[in-house]
Parts: sequence; structure tokens; C-alpha cells
Amino acid sequence: MANNMETQKKTLFVDGCEVEFTNEKNLLQVIRKAGIEVPTFCYRPDLSQYGACRMCVVEVEGRGIQSSCTMPPEPGLKVHVNTERTRRIRKMVVELLLANHDRECTTCERSGDCELQFWANKLGIKHVRFGKKRESQYLPVDDTNPSIVRNPNKCILCGACVRACNEIQGLGIIDFANRGSKTVVAPAYNKHLGDVDCIFCGQCVAVCPVGALTIKSDVQNVWDEIVNPKKQVVCQIAPAVRVALGEAFGLEAGENSIGLIIAALKKIGFDKVFDTNFAADLTIMEEATEFVTRFKEGKNLPIFTSCCPAWVRFLENHHPDMLNHLSTCRSPQQMFGSLVKDVITKEEGISRDELVSVSIMPCTAKKAECKREEFYVDKNPDVDYVLTTHELISMIKEAGIDFNKLEPQSADSPYGLFTGAGTIFGASGGVAEAAARTAYEVVTGKKLEDVDIKAMRGANTFKSIELDLEGTKVKVVVVNTIKEAEEVLQKIKSGELECHILEVMACPGGCIGGGGQPISCSAPEKKLKRAAGLYDDDAHQKYRKSHDNPAIQELYKKWLEKPNSHKAHELLHTHYKNRFETSYKNV
Amino acid sequence: MSTQTNESLDLSKVDSIVKDYGYKRQNLIAILQKVQENFRYLPEDALTRIAVQMKLSPATVYGVATFYSQFSLDPKGKYEMKICDGTACHVRGSIPVLNAIKSHLKLEDGQKTTADKMFTIETVSCLGACGLAPVVVINDKVYPQMTPDAIGVVLDTLMKEEA
Repeated sequence: MANNMETQKKTLFVDGCEVEFTNEKNLLQVIRKAGIEVPTFCYRPDLSQYGACRMCVVEVEGRGIQSSCTMPPEPGLKVHVNTERTRRIRKMVVELLLANHDRECTTCERSGDCELQFWANKLGIKHVRFGKKRESQYLPVDDTNPSIVRNPNKCILCGACVRACNEIQGLGIIDFANRGSKTVVAPAYNKHLGDVDCIFCGQCVAVCPVGALTIKSDVQNVWDEIVNPKKQVVCQIAPAVRVALGEAFGLEAGENSIGLIIAALKKIGFDKVFDTNFAADLTIMEEATEFVTRFKEGKNLPIFTSCCPAWVRFLENHHPDMLNHLSTCRSPQQMFGSLVKDVITKEEGISRDELVSVSIMPCTAKKAECKREEFYVDKNPDVDYVLTTHELISMIKEAGIDFNKLEPQSADSPYGLFTGAGTIFGASGGVAEAAARTAYEVVTGKKLEDVDIKAMRGANTFKSIELDLEGTKVKVVVVNTIKEAEEVLQKIKSGELECHILEVMACPGGCIGGGGQPISCSAPEKKLKRAAGLYDDDAHQKYRKSHDNPAIQELYKKWLEKPNSHKAHELLHTHYKNRFETSYKNV
Repeated sequence: MSTQTNESLDLSKVDSIVKDYGYKRQNLIAILQKVQENFRYLPEDALTRIAVQMKLSPATVYGVATFYSQFSLDPKGKYEMKICDGTACHVRGSIPVLNAIKSHLKLEDGQKTTADKMFTIETVSCLGACGLAPVVVINDKVYPQMTPDAIGVVLDTLMKEEA
């Protein structure tokens, strides 16, 4: 790493120890680097510093009490983290928050991994001097959103969700309203979260330290189906789940635990466990073919990827004029659902109602996606329930499964076989890379030897790559986060940016940073490790190009004829809805 | 809590106000003041229009509008009455005057605007006219040294003008 000519060593003192620092943004990072834990609620390394909670206060000699998250480090500072004053302040902060907090901890969605509960315990708070809020003062819980539940009575006003929605997605669906003791975090005009332009990405949930914003749970619904003897319950697992779920059971982020996850799902009682990676391969078959057609005809370019439901919803809300750019391909989840309900019901001679399809996703927006009316046949959905990684973790715990002691199993055939191209769908750039591998061979008719397109990888929110398909130049732009996508859209509209393929994933780093993943907002490096885990999985696959997948070839032979065939269109493609009229922009 | 009005608003006025202030974030409060001056309150659609024009989220604009008590998201009456309940006015009997207004206008507890949208009453903490306590201001006109009887006469006069 380049050190920018910074040869002079800078140090400061934390509780008497000399600590070196370089380009840390704030004192808090320096203190944590020294191995000293400082409590925080509002601090999120990936978001702006806000200084709201005052938990990270330190005593700085000559400067008094300072919040370490907002103070830049300076050479020679003498900082004291653990003093009588700072301890007293922190305890006071927690007590005041608790006085205003719905303290039904045992039944809270976040019980066990709530940061407020954690610090109340760690700071030894046994009594709250300021009493308790009366139930008559409670505000109503908002569960109108298909993915997210907002409980204002649990909110500690740290503003992390407000910053996430603004700074990551550029949407600002929620913000602080009112003043003083009446302050709440709410959508504009105190509307329900189901009635605003929310895209269901769940990034607000992913940064919430308490139970104020939680994932709408389908755990009980799935248990009910599993114990119902009349139902056959099958599930699919998305790529990004396998490199994150293990974190809840002590595995390293990025460690691929797909075998254990499948074993756990079988123990829970799923009849068949398939892999969404298979459907990702199918998506590539369809989308690459669709792209090549559009490319030859020069129509509706750039093609926008359509795997991310939050991105799709965003376009429908705010850019309906660009909907013709979206690939008509359903997302892998919905391709899978449609296929499973069509093929398995026919093969086994059962009705759609008797087959329950569940998907395990890193994503909260998938819960909203599966409820889209286009994905219903005879009033029965292609995907009945979406469980986020987070929800599956709680099911594994509830079932008393000792995750690490499981014997790894493999997915059921035929929809368990996948290529490396399918597995990298979980990381930003993965869909474009997978598509490029297939498009290359379709366009040139030659075999692609080196399948790695490293320029498409990495956590940067904007990547631009020019592919050379034996003389045919294809420009690919890869973005993650909606804030970045909005900027790119504006540039495409103004003509400032030209490309043929635009891949968008709404969450930072792609699905591996999804709103349904184990919470990693305090450790951003986890996302990088998860992505590395997927690319490692890709590198170890026998097949690395979607069209090489024998199960996919078989599927086309048996059911779908060829990519973009009539049958394929019926089962695997969709249309979009202009939702501008109900968006706030229509004023 | 805001109420959406059904009557169609002339939002082009909002556009020109936002434009006059150069679409600048730091002018948001001034813009809100101007818009409120125009509509006599801040209608939901006007706030959303401000947000769209300024490339802010409606939640942010709503946050600013609800933070300051000078902004009202409910329609105000034709006559906006401010009764001072600062220390001086309070000791000189502002509460009896307030009660007289409430009973005269038949306002329920918590109700600020009359059903016919003619009068709105709110208490403020000091108008800087302590020498004239207790003070009532109606549409920027100062009524000094009010008593329950005197305010009744003032209200009757205004009502007659409107009838």
C-alpha cells in the first residue's frame, strides 16, 4: 500500500499506551486498533459519523469529554477511555435510552443480538432510575411493508437507518420527524412504510442496532408448511447465503458452508433442497441470448440486469421511461419458482397447492418480489415464502441443530447442479461476468479459455469494463447501490455514458451485503470475505460457464427447447409495471 | 399530523419560490416560510413538490417542517391569532383570555382551528411586548392589554365583518 510519503510516525496515547495511527478518520478507529473496546450505537464505519449516541465518549487531556467517533486523531493526544466520568456518562446514556424503550426483550426479534441489550448487560445496568414508558404512550407498530417491520417503540434515534437509506441508496425514505421527546424516525407525512417509495432492500434493517427495524418473518409460516403432511416443501438456496450463514455459528465470513446448510435444511424437514445457482445458470442462458439479440438489432441498449428486485422496483417507481432496458428475464429466484411449480407438479402429478416452494435468500426485497402478481399462476405463487439468511439461522437454532457437527450433504438433483458462473451471482459484477462468459462463446463461436474477468470484481460501486469479443467491443458497466445507479442512469439519459450492459445490485458489494444477511455493519471487511468465498467456489467448479451445465442442457432438451423459446418466455420471462403514478415524484 | 387537502393546489407558485432561492439546500427554511405564507400552511403536496424540485427526499423536508413550531401542516384559519403566554402576559391573566377565546369560538380541547376555517389560535412564549401584557396578535395586528371581555368584542367585530 502506498504511504503517500507519510514517513513520519504519528502516535497518540490511549489509557497510557502509545498507539500509532496513519489515516484513521477518527479517534474511535485508533482506540479500537489498540485493542480497546469502546461502546457505540450510532457509529457505522461505512456511513457518515453522526455523534448522536454519545456512547463512545472519551476524556482527552486538555479537551475534556469528546465523542471519539467524531474527533479526528492528532499526534500526542492523551486519551482516556475508561474513567469514572466516561463510565458514568455511558451508563446514563443507556439508562435514559432504556427509560424510553419498549423493554419486552425476551420476545424481541433482536433478543440476543441487540446492541442496547448487550451494552446494558456489559455496563452492569441493573436498575433504570427513570422508570419505564407506559404502554399507553406506545406508538403503533408498522408492518405494512412486505419486507420490513418498523417498531418506533424500540427506536433509540441513532439515525443509522436514515443515513443508510440516504447515503447508500440515495433514497431517504425515512428521516427524523418532529422534535424533542416527540422525535421519531418515520417516512414522510408519517405514512406507512408500505405506502412510500421503499425498494425493500433492507439496508436500514442491516444497520439498526436494536429491534426498531426488523425483517418481516416468515419462519412460522414455513414451519407450518413443513409439519403439514399434505404438503411437499422444496427449497432453493441463493449463492450469497452459503458464504455468510456460517458466521452465526462461529465460521469465518466467506467460508462456504453449503454442505452444512443443505444438511440443516434436510434436518429441519425440507423434502428437497435445490440450489438457486442452477437458476442463475438458467438466467444466463436466457439473458445472454436476449442480450445478443438486442445487440445485433441495436435495440433497447444498454440492457439492464433484472436479478435485483430492489433495483427493478426503483426503476418502476422513478424511471419508468427506462423499463424497456430491463432484461425481461425473471430473477433466478422466480425462474426457479416457476420451474419447480411447473415441472415438479407435472413430474409428480401433484397440484400447485400441494407443492410449497421456499427460497433462502440474502435479501429482504425478495419477499416483496415473490408477491408480485405476475408470479402467480391460478392464484398460487411460484415462490410461496422467502426466508432470509437471518431467518434460516433462527430456524436452525430453534430446531436445536448443532450446525458445525452436521455431515455435509449435497443438493438434490437435477436442480442442484450448477457452474461457477452461477455461484458468482451473489457478488457485484458476478452477473455481468457470468453473462460475458456465455456471450463470448455465443458471439464468437470460439471456446473461452480464461474465464476470469477480474476487472468486474471488487467492492467498488462503479466499474466500467470493455470486453473484446474477437473484435466486437462490448462495454459493460457494473454498479452497486442505488445511489450509484441513479447517477449512472442520469449519465445514460444525458448521453454522457454509453454502454451495452448495465448490471445493478442495490446492496453494497452485491447480494453478499444484502439486507437479510447476518449483520455485518460493524465489520465491513466481512463483505469482501464473502465475495472472495464466492469467487473461490467458482474457481473450484468443474463447469464455469452456464451453458456447460449438463442439467441446464437437459432442461432445455426436455422442457424448454432453446433459450428465449416460447415456452422459455412463458416460464422464465416477465414484464414490468410503471409505478410512477404512485411515487412521490408524481406531484 | 398532516391532512391531505382535496382542493387542487397551484404548485407552480412553489416552483417559482424554490427557483427564486436557487434550489439551494441551505435556503430550505426560507423556502418553507414563503410557501407557508402563500398557502397559509404547508400542504403535503407542496412539501413533496419542494422535495422533488430540490432533489431532497420528502422525508427530509417533512423532518424540517415538523421540527420548527413556526410551520403548520394543518390548514390555518383566515385569522391567525397568537396569544402570548410568556411570564409577563401569564401573570397579567393570559389564561383567562385564552379560555374566553376558546369558549367564544367553541373550540374543543386540542382544537386549534374553527370548523369554518376562520380562526386559528395558538399560544406563543413571548412576543416582546411585555409592557402591553397580556397581548394577542391577530394577523400581525397587536391587541394590547386584553381582558376576556375585550377579546370578545374584538372577535365579535371580526365575525361581523365576515358575515
